[in-house]
Amino acid sequence: MAKSGRAALANAALLACPIMTLSETAPSGATHQMADAWRRQTSLRRLYTAIGFGLLLVGLGGTMWFADEANAGHFFDRLPHLLDFLSWLVPKDWNDVWRAMFDIASPHDTGTQEFNFPLGRAYVWGSFYIPEYFELMLTTLNVALVSTFVGFLFAVPFSFIAARNLTPHPVLRLIVKRFMELLRAFPEIVIAGLFAAIVSIGPIAAIIAIGLHSIGALGKLFYEINENIDMRPEEGLRAVGANWFERVRFAGLPQVLPNFMSYTLLRVEINVRISTIMGAVGGGGIGEELKLSISRGFGAKTIALVLLLFTTIFIVDQFSAWLRRKLVGEQAFAVGS
Amino acid sequence: MTTTMTADEIRSIEERFPQVFKRPFQKRFGPLLLLGGTFFYLLYALWFFNLPQVMRESHWERLPLFLTQWISYDVQPIFRLDEPQITAKYPRFSVLGPNPSPDWVKANPDGSVTILIDGTAKSVTFNKTQATIIANDETVAVGLSTGRPLISGPVPGWITAHEDEVVADMGFAGEVRVAADRVRIRKRFLGWANFVFDTRSPFFGKSAGEVASMIVSGPELKPGTSNLALAGDNIWNNAQWQHGDVWTKLLQTIVMAFLGTLLGGIVAFPLAFFAARNITPSRLVNQVLKRFFDFMRSIDMLIWALFFTRAFGPGPLAGSAAVFFTEIGTLGKTYSEALENIDDKPREGVVSTGANGLLVQRYGVLPEVVPVFISQTLYQWESNTRGATIIGAVGAGGIGLKLWEAMRTNSNWANVFYMVLLILLVVFIFDNISNFLRRRLSQTIHDYNRIQAEQG
Repeated sequence: MAKSGRAALANAALLACPIMTLSETAPSGATHQMADAWRRQTSLRRLYTAIGFGLLLVGLGGTMWFADEANAGHFFDRLPHLLDFLSWLVPKDWNDVWRAMFDIASPHDTGTQEFNFPLGRAYVWGSFYIPEYFELMLTTLNVALVSTFVGFLFAVPFSFIAARNLTPHPVLRLIVKRFMELLRAFPEIVIAGLFAAIVSIGPIAAIIAIGLHSIGALGKLFYEINENIDMRPEEGLRAVGANWFERVRFAGLPQVLPNFMSYTLLRVEINVRISTIMGAVGGGGIGEELKLSISRGFGAKTIALVLLLFTTIFIVDQFSAWLRRKLVGEQAFAVGS
Repeated sequence: MTTTMTADEIRSIEERFPQVFKRPFQKRFGPLLLLGGTFFYLLYALWFFNLPQVMRESHWERLPLFLTQWISYDVQPIFRLDEPQITAKYPRFSVLGPNPSPDWVKANPDGSVTILIDGTAKSVTFNKTQATIIANDETVAVGLSTGRPLISGPVPGWITAHEDEVVADMGFAGEVRVAADRVRIRKRFLGWANFVFDTRSPFFGKSAGEVASMIVSGPELKPGTSNLALAGDNIWNNAQWQHGDVWTKLLQTIVMAFLGTLLGGIVAFPLAFFAARNITPSRLVNQVLKRFFDFMRSIDMLIWALFFTRAFGPGPLAGSAAVFFTEIGTLGKTYSEALENIDDKPREGVVSTGANGLLVQRYGVLPEVVPVFISQTLYQWESNTRGATIIGAVGAGGIGLKLWEAMRTNSNWANVFYMVLLILLVVFIFDNISNFLRRRLSQTIHDYNRIQAEQG
């Protein structure tokens, strides 16, 4: 098996490499040298690859050991109980999942928090109500949308200042670029914590934190697009004496707007996830409820929440993918660039 | 030079370019509708988040205070006036150590005490009957003999006189609060207090030269331990800054991102070959795997983190597992997309030599996609280093939790800033490593993209 494999490989190498074929048919000094050099190079390369893999393996083993040591419960101790924790997740009555999601009273209600479904109803008009979890999901979605909007609003002008080909001044460009880098790298959770102490804990602090991060993240993507635009319209406008704002508005913006929109939609997807996480650390919305529900072991509630969150994220992703495809075509999904 | 056109000419131009002059409704009013929609959505959001009320109730005046706390610390001694001798009382865990005698507190020969908040320009001198506050080139005398603090003369803007207390605000330098029976001082210093040695350490309060000479040639401070080891231990276990704990937690966060991304890559790698429709012809297998990737991704890192925290207990194991599960989805998706975009010719060449399935993948497919795979993995590693900080805060271990706890007390902002600086440093270093490696790879990727573009 291995032998035939190696033979096939040798065949493939022969076909793929004209030098080898040459050396086989007409052995001369020069081609021999070339073949030798090639062999040496490949063996060196194999050595490097082997060393690389070895290091990676050591790193993997070391970090696994470290993570296991530092954890409260150890991997092999907890492994047999891994499925135990799923047992609380399975509700006694699967209908409770729907009841939890739509705030319908459960016949299993024992007066505990686990089954107090109707308590969360938010009455809108008469007996018409929005179920609690849908309202929380809406909060999370709104946090994501508003913060993306904030990010977009600031990222667009920043990106034109930071683009090498459109910047009004190189020093200004450097300042804006560094500022956006800082916003991008600064942990959102710190900004959220800082503003939680100022505007009280809740969605507003989360919006500020995610919004500031979005400015940095979107700004970077935007100015990279800006640097790749066709400069001829800009030259035309410059020739007729347009100022910076006019050049950006009429030469830059029309070229980049579809791509901007595409990246903004991508950011919405990411921000929905981040705003869920922010919720879990006190930013309001569905994350908070989910954390509570999992930590207390409320099976039906947890499944309802995960189901709702999963569906929402799935719909947002699909909708945004569809819209992006409409805006910029398949390019929106290019890899490795 | 103006040209005038006749109505016929205008009409003919309009007819020739209908795409400019007679655009469909959607194209003409689309942007306007989008703007209008956004405007109304923002109005709705304003109402939904109850923004006006939140803004009214917010404390923006705290922001500069918190920000100064990031890079400064204060000392708050109290001087009791109803005791026979005026002596300073410092809080129990003062940054000045157990027996402080700072040079900015001066006992005068006549029994009064002078405190230099900011040199002599901002200072307060007091005895049991009178306090004299000096700041902003003004001198204010406060009489204390009537049982209430009484200001003689006009009250300047930087002093607030309450019924039983006079508060002098001296800006960044500090604050003086004078009551009939005590004077309370807050003096602010720029910098981080006791960053190297805490007050319990025998090296506390020594200059760098003194510490160095103690380590090199001083007598053993703790029998059986070299001074160097003692100093190291003191720094590592600094009670105020917890260097040891912070660095260990930081390492945990890095490990979470590294381990999760690497394991995710290892699992996603073979699966991606089965998910790519040009490599595995079975439509069913493709679809099942792709939906599986979507599922793993959509469940989200947070939910995985919460589940694994419950399963493994809080710590980096839970965090790594959360990153791992999310990455199977993300990397699986990007890997399979890269595989679907490959140039088929090398593969056909290898197939034509009669190589078996595995060898076709190894020599016909892998060389083309490995650079893309590595680049994507590095990118995910980089972004997970940041992500791991956040999920740490929900109990998945690492520095996130520590950061969140330090912030919740609202008083430890210097520690928060210390950790933030460390995180920024780590992100910066990792960004650069990843960028460097990806730039090395980018030549290969550039070629790959060019071939893709030529294929159309």
